[in-house]
Amino acid sequence: MRSDAQNARRPRAEHWVAPLAETPLQEVDAADTSTAPRSLWAEAGHSLIRNPVFVISALLILFVLFVAAFPQVFTGQDPRFGELGRANQAPGAEHPFGTSRQGYDIMARTFWGARTSVIIGFFAMIGSTLIGGTIGALAGYLGGWFDEVVSRITDIFFAVPLILGAIVVATRLGEMNLWTVILVLSVFGWTNIARIMRGAVISTKGQDYVTSSIALGASSPSVLLKHVIPNAIAPVIVTATVNLGVFIVAEATLSFLGVGLPTSAVSWGGDISDARDALRTQPSMLFYPSVALAVTVLSFIMLGDAVRDALDPKARKR
Amino acid sequence: MTTTSVNPTPSTSPAGSAQPLLEIKDLEITFTTSSGPVKGVRSANLEVFPGETVAIVGESGSGKSTTAMAIAHLLAKNGSITGGQILFEGRDITHVSEKEIRVLRGDQVGLVPQDPMSNLNPMWKVGSQIRETLAANGVATGAEARKRTVQLLEEAGLSDAERRAEQYPHEFSGGMKQRALIAMGLAARPKLLVADEPTSALDVTVQQQILDHLDHLTGELGVAVLLITHDLGLAAERAQHLVVMYKGQVVESGPALELLQDPQHPYTKRLISAAPSLSSRRLVSAAQRAEVREQAQEQAQGHETALEAAADRTVEASHDPDAVIEVQNLTKSFPIRGKVPWRSTPFLAVDDVSFSLRRGTTTAIVGESGSGKSTVAQMVLKLLEPTSGRVLFEGQDVAGLGRRQLKALRRRVQPIFQNPYGTLDPMYSIYRTIEEPMRLHGIGDARSREAKVRDLLDKVALPAAMMRRYPNELSGGQRQRVAIARALSLDPEVVICDEAVSALDVLVQAQVLELLNDLQAELGLSYLFITHDLAVVRQIADSTLVMEKGKVVEQGTTDEVFHSPQQDYTRRLLAAIPGGSIPLAGSETIDVEAPVGLTDETGGEGDGGPDDIVDPFAQAGRV
Repeated sequence: MRSDAQNARRPRAEHWVAPLAETPLQEVDAADTSTAPRSLWAEAGHSLIRNPVFVISALLILFVLFVAAFPQVFTGQDPRFGELGRANQAPGAEHPFGTSRQGYDIMARTFWGARTSVIIGFFAMIGSTLIGGTIGALAGYLGGWFDEVVSRITDIFFAVPLILGAIVVATRLGEMNLWTVILVLSVFGWTNIARIMRGAVISTKGQDYVTSSIALGASSPSVLLKHVIPNAIAPVIVTATVNLGVFIVAEATLSFLGVGLPTSAVSWGGDISDARDALRTQPSMLFYPSVALAVTVLSFIMLGDAVRDALDPKARKR
Repeated sequence: MTTTSVNPTPSTSPAGSAQPLLEIKDLEITFTTSSGPVKGVRSANLEVFPGETVAIVGESGSGKSTTAMAIAHLLAKNGSITGGQILFEGRDITHVSEKEIRVLRGDQVGLVPQDPMSNLNPMWKVGSQIRETLAANGVATGAEARKRTVQLLEEAGLSDAERRAEQYPHEFSGGMKQRALIAMGLAARPKLLVADEPTSALDVTVQQQILDHLDHLTGELGVAVLLITHDLGLAAERAQHLVVMYKGQVVESGPALELLQDPQHPYTKRLISAAPSLSSRRLVSAAQRAEVREQAQEQAQGHETALEAAADRTVEASHDPDAVIEVQNLTKSFPIRGKVPWRSTPFLAVDDVSFSLRRGTTTAIVGESGSGKSTVAQMVLKLLEPTSGRVLFEGQDVAGLGRRQLKALRRRVQPIFQNPYGTLDPMYSIYRTIEEPMRLHGIGDARSREAKVRDLLDKVALPAAMMRRYPNELSGGQRQRVAIARALSLDPEVVICDEAVSALDVLVQAQVLELLNDLQAELGLSYLFITHDLAVVRQIADSTLVMEKGKVVEQGTTDEVFHSPQQDYTRRLLAAIPGGSIPLAGSETIDVEAPVGLTDETGGEGDGGPDDIVDPFAQAGRV
């Protein structure tokens, strides 16, 4: 303690008390029961709805999904009906987007193409998330030599670019169909999910609630499934959403390169590929499928961003 | 809302007396949040005279740090001063420009931040960070700054300052980092030093050294100190003048001793009665405690017959029939990575620890960080395997248990952990959290479980409506109460509390301790209480173990340990309890002479000072 000499520097040491009326005493640690209960997910949902980026991208995605499900609502034309007699028409009343070099109706092909892209994107996303999620969760939770081995295998797959790997396999497989494309994309596209899942699981498994569940006598698989994965899944959902857009682009790229879906399939990638030579004579042939592809991919990536903002506890204001 | 007219501002000093160095008048700080503006501080008044130490005391959220940060205009981005005045040497600095305030910072007002671990840039040498401060305040540059830096570090009490200046922050212990930060805060010889919880992250003995040194240094330099703290005892010991804040308002201010001995505001009274360092005593009377033990033994007999049928038990000959848990010669060593990856040296985290926990009583294990106390708890919980030694539960070695027997054991020994934010699964509602243990052990049906959850919530004094809520909606104290309810859902006999109240504010801490104590009386529980806080030990424990560097240095009943400590280390710990020697109506004082010759940096790296750089627990993955 200091000497009393310094005390003297304060002219008068008064004892002041605030009037009790202005500083009412509240109960210690009172439970607030005034608001409705809300889980973390409900809170995330609440902040999502107020995010314009989410609203715009969600509306766009709903529109794309609707188009994929019911393309005939938007166009009466058959996308597979090509008649050279009506090739290279400019946009007009009968063909609002014009016709292609093969005499296809561009509008019909653009709308019907959504179905291929959405199916491939969606199932490749599910496939890659299942593969990557399982591998990452096991590697993170079990650790040790299993983690070492699995992580190196992940690294090997990670080193192979998605498109390159898909091209190699696709040329080996020969003729592809919708499901082989999904399989190829899943097999080469799971690595980032696995890495993120592994990291999230490692940071979650050290939490006290996991330890107390073990101390309670819960078995390892049940701890992993009931406590660790539900708390580690948020960043995986974000990445999977962005991946969906990436897979749609990858499919388009494969089709563009001619190693994806057969030319008979209606796909934006194939159409863009066909339009290469007609860029000067028939620009609408390139324009519409490109715009459709860009808008769809952009809206999935925007959705992923918005979901990340909502799920990231640091970004969320309490 | 302005209450200017009502508050008697003690600003007008009588003619002839000194002018305050810092004067805060009716300060109001507003934060803009997503749910509208929130007043962080309302009509706060305080003054600091040259050379004196003033402490602002309050719980988290009381606005104490916000007030202090406002002086140097260091509020968070969404906060702004919306009313009142801050006068520094009579000059109004409330709304001066960024440029002017920058001149003030460091030069006139020094700052010692709370967390020494994150306030030094790990990429820079400590010396160059101090030189930066010197250059920024125009004190010295070049070779002169170099010389001055070494002087400052020496002044802050770092031995071998010349070499220390060339080291990086990771080579410093927590106490040394805080010393370096004090050197930085005082680098430009400010008139006022704002110390925001300068020692909250440090062990008590280190805390005491640092504060002693800070006292000495500021006294010598004539620097006024504005000390921000949650610890009333510490504030009373270090400051001449106290300012108590509550929910953004100053509720009481006055000379330290007078305020403690004759508190006027009900909040101050409440704070003083809750502060464990000031009024420590075992929470219930001896008669009640005997009753508790009898009850517990009766209950245990019922359990024992049930268990005997289930498992063939080999009761040890040496077994004390009164003990529910007995730990014999427990040792745990962790391998530490050596200089080469394939060579590791064993580190003894726990070294030959023996004790017994008697039924219906509380045994506390107390020690500073790195003492191995939590490792003991984890071995008792069978979350870690001991390297050697045994843990006996009712005379039966837990090491040889099969899966089913282990699950049965887990049911009877439950943990409560430290961090109220990590202890509950954020995805589970409170109902699911408390119900989970019962479901796991297949107890009752949905309806009886719900009834039990309601009953448990009632026991921990939470309304049943909390059942549908999620942990993110609860305060720290409430979460800890839910964790207690969950631990009790299986009607355990032993509860292991690993720093269960350390992260809580004093009032909430007192509330939870009382709850734990009531539950012990009601249910006949036995507690193993792991803590670094001796004051808490005194309130709850019947017997105490003091651990240092993995070894038990002292062991006995709590009264013995507190009143006639046999070991230097125990005496040192007791002497370091802030405010322990302050006389107060209705409390015993702890007056222990600290042994001399304690330092937190013994020179070279890695030779084992009280808080050395090597943290084997962090390396082993758990603390």
